[in-house]
Amino acid sequence: MSTQDAYATSRETTEGRVYSVTGGDWDSLTTDIGATKEERVVVNMGPQHPSTHGVLRLILELEGETVTEVRCGIGYLHTGIEKNAEYRTWTQGVTFVTRMDYLAPIFNEAAYCLAVEKLLGITNDIPERASIIRVLMMELNRISSHMVALGTGALELGALSPMIFAFRERETVLDLFEMISGLRMNMAYIRPGGVAQDIPTGGVAKIREAVAKLRTNFKDNEKLLIGNTIWMKRTQNIGYLDLAGCTTLGVTGPVLRSAGLPWDLRKIQPYCGYENYEFDVVTTDTCDVYGRFLIRMKELEQSLRIIEQACDKLDATAGQPVMVADKKIAWPAQLAVGADGMGNSLAHIREIMGESMESLIHHFKLVTEGFKVPAGQVYVAVESPRGETGVHLVSDGGTHPYRVHFREPSFNNLQSTSAMCEGSMIADVIGAVASIDPVMGGVDR
Amino acid sequence: MSEAGMFGAHGTGDTSGFGGLVRSAAQTGSTERPYGGYFDEVTDDLERAYPLFSDAIERVVVDRGELTLYVKRDRLFDVAKILRDTPTLRFEMCMGVNGVHYPQDSGREMHAVYSLLSLTHNRRIRLEVCVPDSDSHIPSLVEVWAGINWHERETFDMFGIIFDGHPGLTRILMPDDWPGHPQRKDYPLGGIAIEYIGATVPAPSERRSYS
Repeated sequence: MSTQDAYATSRETTEGRVYSVTGGDWDSLTTDIGATKEERVVVNMGPQHPSTHGVLRLILELEGETVTEVRCGIGYLHTGIEKNAEYRTWTQGVTFVTRMDYLAPIFNEAAYCLAVEKLLGITNDIPERASIIRVLMMELNRISSHMVALGTGALELGALSPMIFAFRERETVLDLFEMISGLRMNMAYIRPGGVAQDIPTGGVAKIREAVAKLRTNFKDNEKLLIGNTIWMKRTQNIGYLDLAGCTTLGVTGPVLRSAGLPWDLRKIQPYCGYENYEFDVVTTDTCDVYGRFLIRMKELEQSLRIIEQACDKLDATAGQPVMVADKKIAWPAQLAVGADGMGNSLAHIREIMGESMESLIHHFKLVTEGFKVPAGQVYVAVESPRGETGVHLVSDGGTHPYRVHFREPSFNNLQSTSAMCEGSMIADVIGAVASIDPVMGGVDR
Repeated sequence: MSEAGMFGAHGTGDTSGFGGLVRSAAQTGSTERPYGGYFDEVTDDLERAYPLFSDAIERVVVDRGELTLYVKRDRLFDVAKILRDTPTLRFEMCMGVNGVHYPQDSGREMHAVYSLLSLTHNRRIRLEVCVPDSDSHIPSLVEVWAGINWHERETFDMFGIIFDGHPGLTRILMPDDWPGHPQRKDYPLGGIAIEYIGATVPAPSERRSYS
């Protein structure tokens, strides 16, 4: 074995082998660098950097403090969810897709389930109460997701207090998620055909209480940030992307609305009965980080409005089913919260284990084999907190998806980093990326 | 092939029954006019704006309220440009492209599926391009919609479809030196065996007849 390294000579000493990196072409290399007049530096920001929103790697080319070129390096969180889903039943797919954009799990589930239902042709058979619960959960999720966007966005620009308030609000929402679905994140709560279980007794009252609390608490962050001179100087005219830029880059969500276009799929291509709710689409025309911040701030109030209306509708539909009537598709067991947490309801266990053999066979077949979905393909899009979450599903008529593809808004919108940041200062890159609000779980899937 | 799996399972190890299903990717046939909704308008307008329509569009399929135009790859770039620029069509946004692998569809194994969105008219359509596995080249549409850049890279990464004219067609999600294209049907589910002291849990693709 050769001990000679091509780039470093070594010698043995009493303390071990010592390498000295000399020789080679180092001398000429350093002379060459000295000869260039530009001060160009290439900086790797990330993938482990507190202000790059997870494992995002930004490759910045700098001239002094000015950014001349930005490229994103992604893929560090690729988990192969789309591939895995091809090996599971349609229902199990929910458990996978909820983990893509982990800050907006309900939106992934909703988009996926709407697509499965469209393939099945049962879109109109979904019980009204199930759609109301879906809307309620999506809007709660929008609040918790926007809270992270605002909190971490502010934190990355140096404002620490907004993050504390934002996570307090997020905690309120996550408690509601826990009450409704049993889980705080990655709930797999929305299922093809409806939702996993009804809102628990007394749940609607708790949601109303939380809404009142959130409405008051949101003012804390508003007071801290809206009109704050330092905040405005850090965010105004930063990360500029106008409507033409958004269109050609396929950018949707708050970034598109900050360019002045009131494009919100909830209004324009309604799903889950969004046409029955009253709310406004928030826009600004500043095309900058401040505009996107304002939009997220004001969308919180719109979400609260929708949640209140959903609560009224839940009161009116109390006791109605939350799963499609077709027993060939509907999940056989309703879940229930027992003393030791959530699980199959005891009534159902009694039925399949002690009373009816047919029930057991039905349960077993549907849970292990799953239901068949007619062959074909669909594309379904919902308005997630980050933009259009689109699902392209292909079925070959079997019990598994043939292809599951998520058109993730984070993945798409992250492309605009170069357009937003090139020519700006390095400190503004952080603000611009934060305003896109990319979630790497969604980007890399 | 040895079928002995985890926990002493023999054969396929499959207790669910779906392991025996023969799966074939069914393709919906061409749809006859009228297509319904705005689909007739879109196809008519495209036909007017693009004289080579009958040559470029192989099939028109309307299924579950969605319109799919099967485009020949040589004409894809022109069709895309006309769809974007014609005032009556105006598909300003391309929501992305993704691949689907149909190994049984001989001579057309690789499909690239584009979803287009018109902000002006609030319409959605889908383009599908089918190419053989042995010659999976499709013209890049980055010049038409810049935002398709990463989507084409992902499709290349996952399926090996080569988008000619792309400014930098490199892997995007998998490591640069990764062998193979994971989303193809001939690529196993994969995974890494988990090792404990004295025991090993096999990788997912080794556990059952997932292949």
